[in-house]
Amino acid sequence: MKLTQLSLFLENRPGALRLPCQVLGQAGVDILSLSLADTQQFGILRLIVKDTERARKVLEEAGCVVKATDVLAVEVPDRAGGLADMLGAFEGSGLSIEYIYPLVAGHRGKTAVLLLRVEDPEKAAAMLAGRKVRVLSREEALEAVGA
Amino acid sequence: MPPPDPARRFHPASAPDYVPVEQLRDLQLARLQRIVRRAHERVPLFRTRCQERQVSPADLRSLEDLGRFPFTLKTDLRDTYPFGLFASPMEEIVRLHASSGTTGKPTVVAYTQADLDVWTEVMVRAFAACGLHRGDVVQNAYGYGLFTGGLGAHYGAEALGATVIPISGGNTDRQIMVLQDFAVTAICCTPSYFLHLAERARELGADFSRLRAGVFGAEPWSEAMRRRIETDTGVKAYDIYGLSEIIGPGVGIECFAQSGLHVFEDHFYPEVVDPATGAVLPDGAEGELVLTTLSKDAMPMIRYRTRDVTALIPEPCACGRTIRRIRRIGRRSDDMFIIRGVNVFPSQVETALLAVEGTLPHYQIVLTREKGLDEVEVKVEVTPEVFSDQIRALEALQHKLEQSLDHTLGIRARVTLVGPRTIQRSEGKAQRVVDQRQI
Repeated sequence: MKLTQLSLFLENRPGALRLPCQVLGQAGVDILSLSLADTQQFGILRLIVKDTERARKVLEEAGCVVKATDVLAVEVPDRAGGLADMLGAFEGSGLSIEYIYPLVAGHRGKTAVLLLRVEDPEKAAAMLAGRKVRVLSREEALEAVGA
Repeated sequence: MPPPDPARRFHPASAPDYVPVEQLRDLQLARLQRIVRRAHERVPLFRTRCQERQVSPADLRSLEDLGRFPFTLKTDLRDTYPFGLFASPMEEIVRLHASSGTTGKPTVVAYTQADLDVWTEVMVRAFAACGLHRGDVVQNAYGYGLFTGGLGAHYGAEALGATVIPISGGNTDRQIMVLQDFAVTAICCTPSYFLHLAERARELGADFSRLRAGVFGAEPWSEAMRRRIETDTGVKAYDIYGLSEIIGPGVGIECFAQSGLHVFEDHFYPEVVDPATGAVLPDGAEGELVLTTLSKDAMPMIRYRTRDVTALIPEPCACGRTIRRIRRIGRRSDDMFIIRGVNVFPSQVETALLAVEGTLPHYQIVLTREKGLDEVEVKVEVTPEVFSDQIRALEALQHKLEQSLDHTLGIRARVTLVGPRTIQRSEGKAQRVVDQRQI
Protein backbone atom coordinates (compact mmCIF):
# COMPACT_ATOMS: atom_id res chain seq x y z
CA MET A 1 0.00 0.00 0.00
CA LYS A 2 2.97 2.26 0.51
CA LEU A 3 5.46 3.90 -1.74
CA THR A 4 8.88 4.93 -0.52
CA GLN A 5 9.82 8.53 -1.03
CA LEU A 6 13.34 9.89 -0.68
CA SER A 7 13.77 13.34 0.83
CA LEU A 8 16.93 15.39 0.45
CA PHE A 9 18.17 18.43 2.30
CA LEU A 10 19.08 21.25 -0.06
CA GLU A 11 20.78 24.47 0.76
CA ASN A 12 19.16 27.57 -0.64
CA ARG A 13 21.82 28.47 -3.17
CA PRO A 14 22.28 28.24 -6.93
CA GLY A 15 23.20 24.76 -8.12
CA ALA A 16 21.97 22.95 -5.02
CA LEU A 17 19.18 21.17 -6.88
CA ARG A 18 21.26 20.18 -9.84
CA LEU A 19 23.79 18.09 -7.92
CA PRO A 20 21.48 15.29 -6.74
CA CYS A 21 19.74 15.25 -10.12
CA GLN A 22 23.08 14.82 -11.86
CA VAL A 23 24.07 12.05 -9.48
CA LEU A 24 20.84 10.18 -10.19
CA GLY A 25 21.23 10.77 -13.89
CA GLN A 26 24.73 9.36 -13.96
CA ALA A 27 23.52 6.33 -12.03
CA GLY A 28 20.74 5.83 -14.58
CA VAL A 29 17.99 6.41 -12.02
CA ASP A 30 14.84 7.90 -13.52
CA ILE A 31 12.87 10.36 -11.39
CA LEU A 32 9.19 9.41 -11.56
CA SER A 33 7.87 12.35 -9.60
CA LEU A 34 9.14 15.11 -7.37
CA SER A 35 8.12 17.94 -5.15
CA LEU A 36 10.25 20.78 -3.94
CA ALA A 37 9.48 22.53 -0.67
CA ASP A 38 11.31 25.74 0.01
CA THR A 39 11.87 28.13 2.85
CA GLN A 40 13.97 31.25 2.96
CA GLN A 41 16.97 29.25 4.12
CA PHE A 42 16.77 25.74 2.80
CA GLY A 43 14.71 23.37 0.73
CA ILE A 44 13.58 19.77 0.80
CA LEU A 45 13.50 17.77 -2.39
CA ARG A 46 11.15 14.81 -2.32
CA LEU A 47 11.58 12.16 -4.95
CA ILE A 48 9.89 9.04 -6.17
CA VAL A 49 12.12 6.66 -8.08
CA LYS A 50 11.80 3.02 -9.01
CA ASP A 51 15.02 1.73 -7.48
CA THR A 52 14.91 3.47 -4.11
CA GLU A 53 17.79 1.60 -2.53
CA ARG A 54 20.15 2.29 -5.36
CA ALA A 55 19.16 5.96 -5.53
CA ARG A 56 19.69 6.33 -1.83
CA LYS A 57 23.10 4.71 -2.02
CA VAL A 58 24.41 6.94 -4.84
CA LEU A 59 22.99 10.06 -3.24
CA GLU A 60 24.57 9.28 0.10
CA GLU A 61 27.86 8.51 -1.57
CA ALA A 62 27.66 11.94 -3.15
CA GLY A 63 27.31 13.42 0.32
CA CYS A 64 23.56 14.10 0.42
CA VAL A 65 21.50 13.76 3.57
CA VAL A 66 18.68 11.42 2.56
CA LYS A 67 15.63 10.26 4.44
CA ALA A 68 13.19 7.59 3.30
CA THR A 69 9.54 7.99 4.25
CA ASP A 70 6.39 6.23 3.19
CA VAL A 71 3.71 7.95 1.16
CA LEU A 72 0.33 6.72 -0.08
CA ALA A 73 -0.50 6.60 -3.78
CA VAL A 74 -4.18 7.46 -4.03
CA GLU A 75 -6.36 7.36 -7.11
CA VAL A 76 -8.51 10.42 -7.68
CA PRO A 77 -11.12 10.92 -10.44
CA ASP A 78 -9.68 13.28 -13.04
CA ARG A 79 -12.59 15.69 -13.09
CA ALA A 80 -13.74 18.87 -11.42
CA GLY A 81 -14.30 18.16 -7.73
CA GLY A 82 -12.39 14.86 -7.78
CA LEU A 83 -9.80 16.00 -5.26
CA ALA A 84 -12.39 17.62 -3.03
CA ASP A 85 -14.29 14.33 -2.94
CA MET A 86 -11.21 12.36 -1.97
CA LEU A 87 -10.34 14.87 0.77
CA GLY A 88 -13.88 14.50 2.04
CA ALA A 89 -12.94 11.00 3.11
CA PHE A 90 -10.58 12.50 5.68
CA GLU A 91 -13.36 14.44 7.35
CA GLY A 92 -14.05 13.29 10.82
CA SER A 93 -11.24 10.72 10.68
CA GLY A 94 -8.89 12.71 12.90
CA LEU A 95 -6.15 12.14 10.33
CA SER A 96 -4.47 15.00 8.57
CA ILE A 97 -2.39 15.35 5.46
CA GLU A 98 1.10 16.83 5.66
CA TYR A 99 1.43 17.47 1.94
CA ILE A 100 0.32 16.21 -1.47
CA TYR A 101 1.95 16.09 -4.87
CA PRO A 102 0.95 14.30 -8.08
CA LEU A 103 2.45 11.10 -9.39
CA VAL A 104 0.59 11.00 -12.69
CA ALA A 105 -2.51 12.34 -14.40
CA GLY A 106 -4.57 10.70 -17.12
CA HIS A 107 -4.05 7.26 -15.66
CA ARG A 108 -6.50 4.71 -17.07
CA GLY A 109 -7.97 7.53 -19.11
CA LYS A 110 -9.82 9.42 -16.41
CA THR A 111 -8.01 9.24 -13.11
CA ALA A 112 -5.04 10.91 -11.50
CA VAL A 113 -2.72 9.39 -8.91
CA LEU A 114 -1.70 11.63 -6.02
CA LEU A 115 0.94 11.03 -3.37
CA LEU A 116 -0.13 11.73 0.18
CA ARG A 117 2.19 12.16 3.11
CA VAL A 118 0.30 11.42 6.32
CA GLU A 119 1.49 10.85 9.85
CA ASP A 120 0.31 7.23 10.01
CA PRO A 121 0.17 5.71 6.51
CA GLU A 122 -1.21 2.31 7.66
CA LYS A 123 -4.08 3.85 9.47
CA ALA A 124 -4.82 6.32 6.68
CA ALA A 125 -4.73 3.58 4.04
CA ALA A 126 -7.21 1.48 6.01
CA MET A 127 -9.45 4.46 6.57
CA LEU A 128 -9.42 5.44 2.87
CA ALA A 129 -10.12 1.89 1.73
CA GLY A 130 -13.08 1.85 4.09
CA ARG A 131 -14.40 5.00 2.44
CA LYS A 132 -14.15 3.71 -1.10
CA VAL A 133 -10.97 5.58 -2.02
CA ARG A 134 -8.58 3.43 -4.01
CA VAL A 135 -5.06 3.24 -2.58
CA LEU A 136 -2.60 1.79 -5.07
CA SER A 137 -0.03 -0.84 -4.24
CA ARG A 138 3.60 -0.03 -4.97
CA GLU A 139 3.43 -2.12 -8.14
CA GLU A 140 0.24 -0.46 -9.32
CA ALA A 141 1.63 2.98 -8.66
CA LEU A 142 4.83 2.22 -10.58
CA GLU A 143 2.78 0.78 -13.42
CA ALA A 144 0.59 3.88 -13.49
CA VAL A 145 3.63 6.05 -14.07
CA GLY A 146 4.93 3.62 -16.68
CA ALA A 147 7.94 2.40 -14.70
CA MET B 1 36.99 -10.16 31.32
CA PRO B 2 38.36 -7.30 29.25
CA PRO B 3 42.14 -7.11 28.94
CA PRO B 4 43.78 -4.84 31.52
CA ASP B 5 44.11 -1.24 30.43
CA PRO B 6 47.76 -0.84 29.36
CA ALA B 7 47.62 2.78 30.55
CA ARG B 8 47.48 1.46 34.12
CA ARG B 9 50.78 -0.37 33.80
CA PHE B 10 53.90 1.26 35.19
CA HIS B 11 56.43 2.23 32.56
CA PRO B 12 60.05 2.71 33.71
CA ALA B 13 60.37 5.98 31.79
CA SER B 14 57.57 7.37 33.95
CA ALA B 15 59.55 7.15 37.19
CA PRO B 16 59.91 10.97 37.51
CA ASP B 17 56.10 11.22 37.43
CA TYR B 18 55.95 9.54 40.82
CA VAL B 19 58.73 11.15 42.90
CA PRO B 20 57.73 12.33 46.39
CA VAL B 21 56.44 15.90 46.32
CA GLU B 22 59.12 17.37 48.64
CA GLN B 23 61.84 15.88 46.47
CA LEU B 24 60.14 17.29 43.38
CA ARG B 25 59.93 20.79 44.89
CA ASP B 26 63.65 20.70 45.79
CA LEU B 27 64.51 19.64 42.26
CA GLN B 28 62.28 22.37 40.81
CA LEU B 29 63.89 25.07 42.93
CA ALA B 30 67.41 23.99 42.05
CA ARG B 31 66.57 23.91 38.35
CA LEU B 32 64.67 27.18 38.54
CA GLN B 33 67.58 28.99 40.18
CA ARG B 34 69.90 27.73 37.47
CA ILE B 35 67.66 28.64 34.55
CA VAL B 36 66.79 32.11 35.88
CA ARG B 37 70.50 32.80 36.34
CA ARG B 38 71.16 31.62 32.81
CA ALA B 39 68.42 33.79 31.31
CA HIS B 40 69.59 36.77 33.35
CA GLU B 41 73.16 36.36 32.13
CA ARG B 42 72.39 35.70 28.50
CA VAL B 43 69.06 37.27 27.50
CA PRO B 44 69.21 41.08 27.47
CA LEU B 45 65.42 41.54 27.45
CA PHE B 46 64.99 39.44 30.59
CA ARG B 47 67.86 41.21 32.35
CA THR B 48 66.37 44.64 31.58
CA ARG B 49 62.93 43.58 32.81
CA CYS B 50 64.45 42.22 36.03
CA GLN B 51 66.26 45.49 36.59
CA GLU B 52 63.02 47.42 36.07
CA ARG B 53 61.36 45.31 38.75
CA GLN B 54 64.44 45.40 40.92
CA VAL B 55 64.80 41.65 41.19
CA SER B 56 67.85 39.54 40.57
CA PRO B 57 68.44 35.78 40.46
CA ALA B 58 69.74 35.99 44.04
CA ASP B 59 66.19 36.86 45.18
CA LEU B 60 64.97 33.44 44.13
CA ARG B 61 65.17 31.54 47.41
CA SER B 62 61.87 29.64 47.20
CA LEU B 63 59.48 28.62 44.44
CA GLU B 64 57.07 31.33 45.64
CA ASP B 65 59.70 33.97 44.89
CA LEU B 66 59.21 33.29 41.19
CA GLY B 67 56.06 35.44 41.38
CA ARG B 68 58.29 38.54 41.70
CA PHE B 69 59.89 37.97 38.32
CA PRO B 70 58.65 39.50 35.06
CA PHE B 71 56.46 37.67 32.57
CA THR B 72 57.47 36.73 29.05
CA LEU B 73 54.82 37.40 26.38
CA LYS B 74 54.21 36.07 22.91
CA THR B 75 54.90 39.58 21.62
CA ASP B 76 58.40 39.41 23.18
CA LEU B 77 59.24 36.60 20.78
CA ARG B 78 57.91 38.62 17.88
CA ASP B 79 59.65 41.81 18.95
CA THR B 80 63.01 40.07 19.23
CA TYR B 81 62.52 38.10 16.00
CA PRO B 82 64.22 35.90 15.08
CA PHE B 83 66.87 35.00 17.69
CA GLY B 84 66.60 37.67 20.38
CA LEU B 85 65.65 35.38 23.26
CA PHE B 86 68.25 32.70 22.58
CA ALA B 87 70.60 31.88 25.47
CA SER B 88 72.95 29.63 23.53
CA PRO B 89 75.28 30.43 20.65
CA MET B 90 74.32 28.96 17.28
CA GLU B 91 77.19 26.46 17.64
CA GLU B 92 75.21 24.76 20.43
CA ILE B 93 71.80 25.03 18.81
CA VAL B 94 70.94 21.93 16.82
CA ARG B 95 67.31 22.65 15.86
CA LEU B 96 65.00 25.55 15.10
CA HIS B 97 61.22 25.42 14.92
CA ALA B 98 58.77 28.22 14.18
CA SER B 99 55.11 28.86 14.73
CA SER B 100 52.78 29.34 11.80
CA GLY B 101 52.60 33.10 12.24
CA THR B 102 49.14 33.99 10.96
CA THR B 103 49.89 37.65 11.55
CA GLY B 104 53.25 38.86 10.36
CA LYS B 105 56.46 37.12 11.37
CA PRO B 106 56.50 33.67 12.92
CA THR B 107 57.90 33.04 16.38
CA VAL B 108 61.15 31.08 16.35
CA VAL B 109 62.25 28.61 19.02
CA ALA B 110 65.62 26.87 19.48
CA TYR B 111 66.92 23.64 20.99
CA THR B 112 70.31 22.36 22.08
CA GLN B 113 70.88 18.61 21.92
CA ALA B 114 70.15 18.45 25.66
CA ASP B 115 66.87 20.33 25.07
CA LEU B 116 65.87 17.82 22.41
CA ASP B 117 66.67 15.02 24.84
CA VAL B 118 64.35 16.60 27.42
CA TRP B 119 61.65 16.93 24.79
CA THR B 120 61.98 13.30 23.80
CA GLU B 121 61.92 12.27 27.46
CA VAL B 122 58.66 14.08 28.20
CA MET B 123 57.08 12.72 25.03
CA VAL B 124 58.05 9.18 26.06
CA ARG B 125 56.45 9.81 29.44
CA ALA B 126 53.39 11.25 27.72
CA PHE B 127 52.92 8.22 25.48
CA ALA B 128 53.55 5.88 28.41
CA ALA B 129 50.79 7.66 30.35
CA CYS B 130 48.43 6.84 27.47
CA GLY B 131 49.43 3.19 27.71
CA LEU B 132 51.56 3.09 24.59
CA HIS B 133 54.60 0.85 24.59
CA ARG B 134 57.00 -1.20 22.48
CA GLY B 135 54.96 -3.09 19.91
CA ASP B 136 52.48 -0.31 19.31
CA VAL B 137 52.20 0.95 15.75
CA VAL B 138 51.90 4.73 15.91
CA GLN B 139 50.62 6.74 12.97
CA ASN B 140 51.96 10.23 13.43
CA ALA B 141 49.65 12.51 11.47
CA TYR B 142 50.90 15.73 12.99
CA GLY B 143 52.55 17.90 10.39
CA TYR B 144 56.29 17.42 10.03
CA GLY B 145 58.25 20.58 9.51
CA LEU B 146 58.57 23.86 11.31
CA PHE B 147 55.54 22.97 13.44
CA THR B 148 56.72 21.17 16.60
CA GLY B 149 53.93 18.57 16.58
CA GLY B 150 55.34 16.20 13.99
CA LEU B 151 58.94 15.83 15.10
CA GLY B 152 58.07 16.02 18.80
CA ALA B 153 55.69 13.08 18.60
CA HIS B 154 58.01 11.28 16.20
CA TYR B 155 61.10 11.16 18.41
CA GLY B 156 59.04 10.46 21.52
CA ALA B 157 57.27 7.47 20.01
CA GLU B 158 60.52 6.15 18.55
CA ALA B 159 62.36 6.45 21.88
CA LEU B 160 59.47 4.65 23.52
CA GLY B 161 60.24 1.72 21.23
CA ALA B 162 57.01 1.93 19.27
CA THR B 163 56.86 1.56 15.50
CA VAL B 164 56.45 5.03 14.05
CA ILE B 165 54.76 5.80 10.75
CA PRO B 166 55.86 9.35 9.88
CA ILE B 167 52.94 10.01 7.56
CA SER B 168 52.58 13.69 8.52
CA GLY B 169 49.31 15.57 7.93
CA GLY B 170 46.94 15.54 4.97
CA ASN B 171 46.02 13.08 2.23
CA THR B 172 43.15 11.57 4.15
CA ASP B 173 42.51 8.55 1.94
CA ARG B 174 46.14 7.49 2.18
CA GLN B 175 46.00 7.94 5.96
CA ILE B 176 43.04 5.55 6.06
CA MET B 177 44.75 2.99 3.86
CA VAL B 178 47.81 3.02 6.11
CA LEU B 179 45.70 2.98 9.26
CA GLN B 180 43.99 -0.18 8.06
CA ASP B 181 46.75 -2.01 6.23
CA PHE B 182 49.53 -1.39 8.77
CA ALA B 183 47.27 -2.44 11.68
CA VAL B 184 47.86 0.87 13.43
CA THR B 185 47.17 0.81 17.19
CA ALA B 186 47.64 4.49 18.06
CA ILE B 187 47.36 7.77 16.20
CA CYS B 188 48.61 11.29 16.85
CA CYS B 189 46.80 14.23 15.24
CA THR B 190 44.43 17.06 16.01
CA PRO B 191 41.04 15.87 17.31
CA SER B 192 39.18 17.63 14.53
CA TYR B 193 41.32 15.94 11.91
CA PHE B 194 40.67 12.58 13.54
CA LEU B 195 36.91 13.17 13.29
CA HIS B 196 37.41 14.00 9.64
CA LEU B 197 39.43 10.78 9.18
CA ALA B 198 36.83 8.67 10.99
CA GLU B 199 34.04 10.11 8.89
CA ARG B 200 35.87 9.38 5.66
CA ALA B 201 36.84 5.91 6.91
CA ARG B 202 33.17 5.11 7.48
CA GLU B 203 32.35 6.17 3.93
CA LEU B 204 35.09 3.92 2.61
CA GLY B 205 34.08 1.08 4.90
CA ALA B 206 37.64 0.93 6.24
CA ASP B 207 38.41 -1.26 9.23
CA PHE B 208 40.54 0.14 11.98
CA SER B 209 39.46 -2.06 14.81
CA ARG B 210 43.09 -2.36 15.91
CA LEU B 211 43.27 1.33 16.69
CA ARG B 212 43.16 1.67 20.46
CA ALA B 213 44.36 5.11 21.41
CA GLY B 214 44.48 8.61 20.01
CA VAL B 215 46.83 11.26 21.33
CA PHE B 216 45.06 14.45 20.36
CA GLY B 217 46.24 18.01 20.78
CA ALA B 218 47.28 21.31 19.16
CA GLU B 219 43.78 22.74 19.53
CA PRO B 220 41.25 23.02 22.34
CA TRP B 221 38.51 20.40 22.27
CA SER B 222 35.57 19.70 24.51
CA GLU B 223 34.38 16.72 26.53
CA ALA B 224 31.52 16.46 24.05
CA MET B 225 34.01 15.98 21.24
CA ARG B 226 35.86 13.35 23.27
CA ARG B 227 32.63 11.44 23.87
CA ARG B 228 31.83 11.62 20.19
CA ILE B 229 35.24 10.25 19.22
CA GLU B 230 35.20 7.49 21.82
CA THR B 231 31.61 6.41 21.12
CA ASP B 232 31.81 6.59 17.35
CA THR B 233 35.21 4.98 16.90
CA GLY B 234 35.97 3.02 20.09
CA VAL B 235 39.32 4.82 20.31
CA LYS B 236 40.37 6.10 23.72
CA ALA B 237 41.02 9.80 23.22
CA TYR B 238 43.81 11.36 25.27
CA ASP B 239 44.41 15.08 25.46
CA ILE B 240 48.02 16.21 25.08
CA TYR B 241 49.11 19.75 25.78
CA GLY B 242 52.07 21.74 24.64
CA LEU B 243 53.23 24.87 22.92
CA SER B 244 56.30 25.56 20.87
CA GLU B 245 57.42 28.47 23.08
CA ILE B 246 57.82 26.01 25.97
CA ILE B 247 59.01 22.95 24.04
CA GLY B 248 56.23 21.69 21.74
CA PRO B 249 53.87 18.83 22.56
CA GLY B 250 54.65 17.05 25.82
CA VAL B 251 54.11 19.76 28.41
CA GLY B 252 51.09 17.92 29.80
CA ILE B 253 49.22 14.67 29.18
CA GLU B 254 46.19 12.80 30.39
CA CYS B 255 46.61 9.43 32.10
CA PHE B 256 44.01 6.63 32.05
CA ALA B 257 41.90 8.59 34.54
CA GLN B 258 41.34 11.27 31.85
CA SER B 259 40.76 13.74 34.61
CA GLY B 260 43.03 16.67 33.92
CA LEU B 261 46.45 16.75 32.31
CA HIS B 262 49.58 15.93 34.28
CA VAL B 263 52.20 18.62 33.76
CA PHE B 264 55.76 17.34 33.59
CA GLU B 265 56.60 19.84 36.25
CA ASP B 266 60.14 18.64 36.82
CA HIS B 267 60.77 20.38 33.46
CA PHE B 268 57.94 22.91 33.18
CA TYR B 269 56.94 24.85 36.28
CA PRO B 270 53.26 25.82 36.20
CA GLU B 271 51.61 28.84 37.79
CA VAL B 272 48.07 30.08 37.34
CA VAL B 273 47.64 33.84 37.40
CA ASP B 274 44.83 36.34 37.25
CA PRO B 275 44.91 37.39 33.59
CA ALA B 276 44.04 40.98 34.46
CA THR B 277 46.40 41.67 37.37
CA GLY B 278 49.04 38.99 36.88
CA ALA B 279 48.73 37.95 40.53
CA VAL B 280 49.51 34.30 41.26
CA LEU B 281 46.36 32.38 42.16
CA PRO B 282 46.14 29.45 44.59
CA ASP B 283 45.80 25.88 43.35
CA GLY B 284 42.25 25.17 42.23
CA ALA B 285 41.51 28.73 41.10
CA GLU B 286 40.83 29.38 37.44
CA GLY B 287 43.15 31.70 35.60
CA GLU B 288 45.78 31.93 32.90
CA LEU B 289 48.46 29.27 32.78
CA VAL B 290 51.99 30.60 33.09
CA LEU B 291 54.88 28.24 32.41
CA THR B 292 58.58 28.40 33.16
CA THR B 293 60.98 26.01 31.49
CA LEU B 294 63.26 24.50 34.14
CA SER B 295 65.75 22.74 31.91
CA LYS B 296 65.72 24.34 28.48
CA ASP B 297 69.08 25.89 27.71
CA ALA B 298 68.77 27.33 24.22
CA MET B 299 65.71 29.41 24.98
CA PRO B 300 64.71 29.60 28.62
CA MET B 301 61.17 30.84 29.02
CA ILE B 302 60.62 32.52 32.34
CA ARG B 303 56.98 32.94 33.31
CA TYR B 304 55.59 32.61 29.80
CA ARG B 305 51.98 33.76 29.50
CA THR B 306 50.24 30.97 27.57
CA ARG B 307 46.82 32.72 27.29
CA ASP B 308 45.33 29.32 28.06
CA VAL B 309 42.71 29.33 30.77
CA THR B 310 42.86 26.48 33.30
CA ALA B 311 43.29 25.67 36.98
CA LEU B 312 45.87 23.57 38.84
CA ILE B 313 44.37 20.48 40.41
CA PRO B 314 46.18 19.87 43.71
CA GLU B 315 44.40 16.62 44.64
CA PRO B 316 46.26 13.37 44.02
CA CYS B 317 45.30 11.54 40.84
CA ALA B 318 43.88 8.02 40.70
CA CYS B 319 46.97 6.98 38.72
CA GLY B 320 49.34 7.75 41.61
CA ARG B 321 51.42 10.35 39.78
CA THR B 322 52.65 13.09 42.08
CA ILE B 323 53.11 15.69 39.36
CA ARG B 324 50.18 18.07 39.43
CA ARG B 325 47.43 18.25 36.89
CA ILE B 326 45.87 21.15 35.06
CA ARG B 327 42.23 21.17 34.05
CA ARG B 328 41.69 20.59 30.33
CA ILE B 329 42.09 23.81 28.40
CA GLY B 330 38.51 24.68 27.54
CA ARG B 331 39.46 27.84 25.84
CA ARG B 332 42.31 29.87 24.54
CA SER B 333 41.97 33.57 24.75
CA ASP B 334 42.44 33.76 20.98
CA ASP B 335 39.51 31.37 20.52
CA MET B 336 37.26 33.45 22.69
CA PHE B 337 35.10 36.09 21.06
CA ILE B 338 33.29 38.99 22.56
CA ILE B 339 29.87 39.60 21.14
CA ARG B 340 27.75 42.50 22.33
CA GLY B 341 29.93 42.64 25.43
CA VAL B 342 29.53 38.93 26.22
CA ASN B 343 32.54 36.59 26.28
CA VAL B 344 31.73 33.48 24.28
CA PHE B 345 33.76 30.32 23.90
CA PRO B 346 33.21 27.73 21.17
CA SER B 347 32.96 25.06 23.88
CA GLN B 348 29.77 26.75 25.10
CA VAL B 349 28.34 26.57 21.61
CA GLU B 350 29.19 22.87 21.53
CA THR B 351 27.36 22.31 24.79
CA ALA B 352 24.28 24.06 23.42
CA LEU B 353 24.26 22.09 20.18
CA LEU B 354 24.84 18.83 22.01
CA ALA B 355 21.92 19.48 24.33
CA VAL B 356 19.54 19.53 21.36
CA GLU B 357 20.97 16.96 18.99
CA GLY B 358 22.42 14.41 21.39
CA THR B 359 25.55 14.20 19.27
CA LEU B 360 27.80 17.01 18.21
CA PRO B 361 27.23 18.14 14.63
CA HIS B 362 29.88 19.93 12.61
CA TYR B 363 29.42 23.62 13.14
CA GLN B 364 31.00 26.98 12.51
CA ILE B 365 30.46 30.31 14.20
CA VAL B 366 30.36 33.31 11.87
CA LEU B 367 30.57 36.78 13.33
CA THR B 368 29.38 39.74 11.30
CA ARG B 369 28.61 43.35 11.99
CA GLU B 370 25.45 44.76 10.49
CA LYS B 371 24.67 48.45 10.96
CA GLY B 372 27.08 48.61 13.87
CA LEU B 373 25.51 45.63 15.59
CA ASP B 374 27.34 42.33 16.08
CA GLU B 375 25.54 39.30 14.74
CA VAL B 376 26.31 35.67 15.48
CA GLU B 377 25.44 33.00 13.01
CA VAL B 378 25.98 29.37 13.87
CA LYS B 379 26.09 27.16 10.82
CA VAL B 380 25.10 23.62 11.69
CA GLU B 381 25.40 20.71 9.31
CA VAL B 382 22.29 18.62 8.89
CA THR B 383 22.86 14.98 9.78
CA PRO B 384 20.69 12.01 8.74
CA GLU B 385 19.69 11.65 12.40
CA VAL B 386 17.98 15.02 12.61
CA PHE B 387 16.85 15.46 9.02
CA SER B 388 13.15 15.28 8.29
CA ASP B 389 11.08 15.47 5.11
CA GLN B 390 8.86 18.01 6.83
CA ILE B 391 9.67 21.70 6.74
CA ARG B 392 8.12 22.35 10.11
CA ALA B 393 10.27 19.66 11.76
CA LEU B 394 13.43 21.30 10.44
CA GLU B 395 12.20 24.73 11.41
CA ALA B 396 11.46 23.40 14.89
CA LEU B 397 15.00 22.01 15.08
CA GLN B 398 16.40 25.35 14.05
CA HIS B 399 14.29 27.08 16.67
CA LYS B 400 15.33 24.63 19.40
CA LEU B 401 19.00 25.14 18.54
CA GLU B 402 18.54 28.89 18.73
CA GLN B 403 16.82 28.62 22.09
CA SER B 404 19.53 26.36 23.45
CA LEU B 405 22.24 28.80 22.28
CA ASP B 406 20.35 31.71 23.77
CA HIS B 407 20.02 29.81 27.03
CA THR B 408 23.69 28.76 27.20
CA LEU B 409 25.37 31.87 25.84
CA GLY B 410 22.98 34.54 26.93
CA ILE B 411 22.93 36.06 23.44
CA ARG B 412 20.77 35.70 20.37
CA ALA B 413 22.40 33.64 17.67
CA ARG B 414 20.94 32.81 14.30
CA VAL B 415 21.14 29.14 13.35
CA THR B 416 21.51 28.22 9.70
CA LEU B 417 21.13 24.63 8.68
CA VAL B 418 23.64 23.77 5.99
CA GLY B 419 24.25 20.73 3.85
CA PRO B 420 26.50 17.88 4.95
CA ARG B 421 30.23 18.46 4.54
CA THR B 422 29.76 22.06 3.46
CA ILE B 423 31.71 23.37 6.45
CA GLN B 424 35.32 23.07 5.51
CA ARG B 425 37.19 20.32 7.32
CA SER B 426 40.64 21.54 7.99
CA GLU B 427 43.55 19.15 7.77
CA GLY B 428 45.02 20.83 10.81
CA LYS B 429 43.23 23.06 13.22
CA ALA B 430 39.46 23.38 13.02
CA GLN B 431 38.37 26.88 12.27
CA ARG B 432 35.41 27.13 14.60
CA VAL B 433 35.10 30.88 14.55
CA VAL B 434 35.09 33.05 11.45
CA ASP B 435 35.18 36.70 12.38
CA GLN B 436 34.05 38.88 9.49
CA ARG B 437 33.47 41.96 11.58
CA GLN B 438 35.20 45.11 10.39
CA ILE B 439 36.35 46.52 13.70
